[in-house]
Amino acid sequence: MSKVNLEIPEVEIREIRLGSITGFQGTAGELVGACGGCSGRLKDKNRSFSQCLGCGTSNAACTLTLIQDAAIISHGPVGCSTCLHEFAFTYRVNAHLRQIEHPTQRKIFSTNLEEKDTIYGGGKKLEAAIREVYRRADPKAIFVITTCAAGIIGDDVETITNAAEAELGIPVVAVFCEGFRSKIWTSGFDAGYHGIARKIIKPPREKRNIINVINFWGSDVFREWFAEFGYEPNYITPFSTVDTLSYSSEAALTVQACSTLGSYLGAALEQVYGVPEIRNSPPYGIAQTDRWFRELGKILGKEQEAEAFLQRKKEEYMPKIEALRERLKGKTAYVTAGASHGQSLLALLSELGMKPQGAAIFHHDPVYDNESPDADTLAHTVADYGDVPNYNVCNKQEFELVNVLNRIHPDILLARHGGMTLWGAKLGIPSLLIGDEHFGMGYEGLVAYGERIADAIENDEFVKNLRKHAVNPYTKWWMEQDPYTFLGRNF
Amino acid sequence: MAGLIEQERYTCAIGALQTVVAIPRAVPILHSGPGCGTMIKGFFERSSGYAGGDTSPCTNFSEREVVFGGTDRLRSIIKNTYKVLDTDLQVVVTGCTAGIVGDDVASVTDEFLDEGKPIVHVETSGFKSSNYVSHSAVVNAIIEQYVSRFEHENPPRSEKNLVNLFASVPYQDQFWKGNLREFKRLLEGLGFRVNILFGPHSGGVKEWQTIPRANFNVLVSPWYGEPIVKNLKRRYGQPYFKFSYLPIGGNETTRFLEELLDYARKHHAELDWKRARTFITEEENAYYEELDNLATFLLEFRYGLPNHVHIFHDAGYVAGLTRFLLHETGIVPKEQFVVDNTPEKYKAQVEADIKAASDQREIPVYIDPDAGALQDILRGIRHSGKGLIIGSGWDKELAEEKDCDFLSIACPTPYRIVLTTNYIGYTGGLRVIEDIYNNALAQYQ
Repeated sequence: MSKVNLEIPEVEIREIRLGSITGFQGTAGELVGACGGCSGRLKDKNRSFSQCLGCGTSNAACTLTLIQDAAIISHGPVGCSTCLHEFAFTYRVNAHLRQIEHPTQRKIFSTNLEEKDTIYGGGKKLEAAIREVYRRADPKAIFVITTCAAGIIGDDVETITNAAEAELGIPVVAVFCEGFRSKIWTSGFDAGYHGIARKIIKPPREKRNIINVINFWGSDVFREWFAEFGYEPNYITPFSTVDTLSYSSEAALTVQACSTLGSYLGAALEQVYGVPEIRNSPPYGIAQTDRWFRELGKILGKEQEAEAFLQRKKEEYMPKIEALRERLKGKTAYVTAGASHGQSLLALLSELGMKPQGAAIFHHDPVYDNESPDADTLAHTVADYGDVPNYNVCNKQEFELVNVLNRIHPDILLARHGGMTLWGAKLGIPSLLIGDEHFGMGYEGLVAYGERIADAIENDEFVKNLRKHAVNPYTKWWMEQDPYTFLGRNF
Repeated sequence: MAGLIEQERYTCAIGALQTVVAIPRAVPILHSGPGCGTMIKGFFERSSGYAGGDTSPCTNFSEREVVFGGTDRLRSIIKNTYKVLDTDLQVVVTGCTAGIVGDDVASVTDEFLDEGKPIVHVETSGFKSSNYVSHSAVVNAIIEQYVSRFEHENPPRSEKNLVNLFASVPYQDQFWKGNLREFKRLLEGLGFRVNILFGPHSGGVKEWQTIPRANFNVLVSPWYGEPIVKNLKRRYGQPYFKFSYLPIGGNETTRFLEELLDYARKHHAELDWKRARTFITEEENAYYEELDNLATFLLEFRYGLPNHVHIFHDAGYVAGLTRFLLHETGIVPKEQFVVDNTPEKYKAQVEADIKAASDQREIPVYIDPDAGALQDILRGIRHSGKGLIIGSGWDKELAEEKDCDFLSIACPTPYRIVLTTNYIGYTGGLRVIEDIYNNALAQYQ
């Protein structure tokens, strides 16, 4: 049965829909093996000690706040949207990457639920908020993201938004992303995309030479690549407009910067609107880059152009890649990142001749919404480059990371989530966070990323000094325990 | 009743977990949904301290805890916190989920209390209030549940020259560390001993234990924090001196220190009054030497400096800065915007404090947490000359639209890093001047 169902207001959380987990300890190969044909029968493990996670509401907001002409209402207490100003900053500073000269102020609101609303309900407040936001911000669409408080008191957000949509004549979209529903904050991405798929995207009028790119706000690498095939990228969702989203159904195909991010929307576009999706996980490392461009060429009917393109890239970049391999030979690394992207980074490291010593990956999806084995990034990484030891599925639990890093002490820590580099640096390990998710893609990406890694390893004065003065709140006892002491048992 | 809010300038009640983070070696334990800690971290930025941010333990409420209650999970998290983290004080703060399902948190923390652990609990459900309000709830909970255990060693009002100072909501006031350090320096200059309770220049939990000993309390705030000094008055009979805005620059710092000395005299502090007076004079002299040097620049610089200002901030900053800027730089305060969700009963006083900056002009004051609506008001207003907008990161785009200079001094802001800078006192006034005019000069490329 399809994982995509646009008839229902609320998309199922990943734990249920995909069988995703947040606790695992073993090797990457063991995890791939455990998933083989299991279609979501992986056994999750709980922790008897835990630190702050993220939640779905900010990830849902991540997919919605950077749409140029939409407004966001957080239906909840004021705190549930107080980190969204970070998206306003991102929008402003990265706008130039997408040819937007005058980025406009982001329109972010809170219904500001108070104690009496938890008793009498917050529905009236939400109705009034939607009207006021429509009047004040003149948006092309309004997204209402839900919160724990709104969810538990049981406000009927779907009915209210549907009524408002009929009244105002613009899409008013309920996005269900209460934090307590899922331990996997990427469920929030699915919630945002589900809202877009069911209320914004329209049936195609005609096919056009555009390719949907489901991504965050990274550099515009796809423009040059797609131009070679006669296509333009249609970036989803940051810096899109309600209009360009509406007609993403007219694209020739959909690609993703990270299968974890775009899983649901990619599948929805294919299954509901017939836009084919590149199954292969994104182009990190040579093997995957070749596969990815060949699939692109196949879908577009331009297989020869794809081969020629790859040949040119090889000629241009292989000498540089060889030089980097020499420079990085035998260096060890540890990765902490979201699922598919982290798995891609492991491939990239191996491609550069480095030795990944382990990873703390925020969750694991045994299957994506397209249910294709070709989309399994980790399986590709293991098949292409061999097993990775110390592969830990760990939802941003700093205490485990600190313990592991202190044991493994790699030559570099690669992180892709704010806050995670700190502990590498405190332990004197060169630590690198690359925010641009497109940075390492393709042949040129291997070179660019490799140079940054080499730079970080070779310029370690700062982390060495920080190590000498670092404050450590973790007990000596903890640093001597097995890092997974609290995983799967009531310690 | 506060309705819709655009562009939040403060966060919800659980944001007062930063009050715990501000105490050296204290840890907040969140009994809340999974995203609360991330939201707070994202609002304040660079605010992890010793064991905040990603280090803070959290029960991460799931569907299961919402249905069956989360006390078992909380017990396990607290128990293991003692194994994993080395801390001096543990404060359990609760989120909306725990509040709505009605978990009996005290019954769990009591178990650890019986083992002699320095643990405190406080309800901070997000829907209850803002972090401005719940800051007081957290401090009062620590006083009731922790400081109270040391009362036998710390008799009430037993030190004539000791005061407890409550001036900043840590992290919400980006300059809290610097401000508290400068308050301490100033009051010590007068001869007091001062408990500032937060930040690296406080004495951590040991200092908290001595709160009862203080002769009286000092509150520098229009309204937030007042429940703390009222509680201390009830509990230990300590009276309090209130100064309702931040003393910034020469006039107001001197006024603050002199009024404080008068108050201390009435309450039988035993200071060297003459030395205290000399200290004020020396500080003033150093301050006015700079203002003297600067005046030529302010009066003669030909290439356009701001001549009027709009501020978006809490009542304490708006009142303190308008006075300072008008009288000590000549920048005229026009419409002012108070965005701290000032409680009804304080609004009239807040407005009066701001208007009292000048007897020569009327300063329009708007009080509303819906800062987006206030920005729209300002969009419709034009004054001649170069304007200056002082506020949070949200206001940068507005300043650009209105071709105003912009200074970032309020949360949330990705546009400025504040470490230990202080804005209060004589030195704080000078720093405000440096920031405003360096900003203006930096635009000439």
